[in-house]
Amino acid sequence: MYWSTFCRGALLGALLFLHFVTAAEAKDQHYVVVVAEPFLEMHTGPGRGYPRFHVAERGEQVEVLKRRTDWFKVRTARGVEGWSSREQISRTLEPSGAPAQISAPSRLDYLERRTEGGVLLGDFGGANVLAAYGAFHMTRNLSLELWGSDINGRFSSGWMINANLVHQPWPEWRISPYFTLGTGVVRIEPQATLVDVEDRTDQLAHAGIGLRMHVSRNFMLRAEFKSYVVFTSREENEDVNEWKAGFAFFF
Amino acid sequence: MESRIRVLFLNVLGCAALAMLVSGCSRAIDAIDDPYTAEPVIDVEVERREIRRPRIDTENFEVGAHAGFMSIEDFGTSSVVGARLAYHITESLFAEAHYGQSTAGKTSFETLSGAVELLTPSQRNFRHYDLSIGYNLLPGEAFIGRNRAFSSALYLLAGAGSTDFAGDSRFTLSFGAGYRVLITDWLSAHITVRDHVFRTDLLGEDKTVHNVEFTIGLGWFF
Repeated sequence: MYWSTFCRGALLGALLFLHFVTAAEAKDQHYVVVVAEPFLEMHTGPGRGYPRFHVAERGEQVEVLKRRTDWFKVRTARGVEGWSSREQISRTLEPSGAPAQISAPSRLDYLERRTEGGVLLGDFGGANVLAAYGAFHMTRNLSLELWGSDINGRFSSGWMINANLVHQPWPEWRISPYFTLGTGVVRIEPQATLVDVEDRTDQLAHAGIGLRMHVSRNFMLRAEFKSYVVFTSREENEDVNEWKAGFAFFF
Repeated sequence: MESRIRVLFLNVLGCAALAMLVSGCSRAIDAIDDPYTAEPVIDVEVERREIRRPRIDTENFEVGAHAGFMSIEDFGTSSVVGARLAYHITESLFAEAHYGQSTAGKTSFETLSGAVELLTPSQRNFRHYDLSIGYNLLPGEAFIGRNRAFSSALYLLAGAGSTDFAGDSRFTLSFGAGYRVLITDWLSAHITVRDHVFRTDLLGEDKTVHNVEFTIGLGWFF
């Protein structure tokens, strides 16, 4: 009893110690920039809605401590800490005089994205489907996706896992169509309030088309239609159509 | 005769002078054109320095745990514990995966009748998850005392997921609002209210049920 309490305490202590040690170690190696514009505005929090409370003047050196979304936590030489926007930080210089290695947000970030994730909601053959995916972009046109879907219908529920290849012929368009081809497995379980029907797991293949829209920064909207063929153990294969729409973001 | 010899002599002299001038000039031009052939005064050997810029720590993910109460329609109010993972997409938007579990109590019918049990103990487990999108509506500051101010935000949540209850899983929509205070840059405190809405025919009639969850939790940014 005492031993377990001691262990827990020691673990907590070690974690706290590690937290502060890593924070202290990181202290010496912060990225340093020099304010080149007349001033650099500092907000109390990482967002445009938080009040400005301090400015660093031209020529002042500031340390960049961390980043959250498009906001950077900075510390002036006098020890004042606050949050500055990516637009303003991108106009600072390194101590050597070179521009800071933090670029203003651009459309190139979207076109050159490597990893992407998202959540879509819709209809899978009459049942509700909620799907989450992760994608890896090999080129601007070609990406590989892995999907996990949760299916909830009136009479049955289940899940589905799919892997698919996506081709986007015109990635530079703001609203851009894409085509997809993939395969996976589906598991269907009937609801408990109904008579017992056997659960089943089947393989499936699908083809689909969709639209992706770049809204702003790293945020996208996405809608798609997929046609599935379920390879059942019965005489006939089953065709299921799926519609869904949702949001996506890239890292 | 004498004058002709003098002219000839002068011509030869003039040509020689011209030739000397031209050759001198070209030598001077050569010297201007080719200064690099000469040995440098100082031999500068600059070693290439590898400049490694310190990496800026990006903290867009937030993981958290929470506890509170959940009112399960027809089955009373029970305690709930859960976890959440959020990814902050922009300063205003975030995506969130949320999980919670609770144990449903008894319906008033079960309590009054005494012996009737509508559900088995395992069927009373109420588990729900949802994938939501959140919007930071009111960024601001919370003032505690005269000298302390904490960054805060009021956010709205909308999402969809599934509820596992009474042996079935049901498609669930969830709506909510929360208040987040940043205690430090990496630690946040949340107070959240969510409504989990789904259709069920558990008690005979097919109806939409609302299950309101109230939780208090902590979050770590990493």
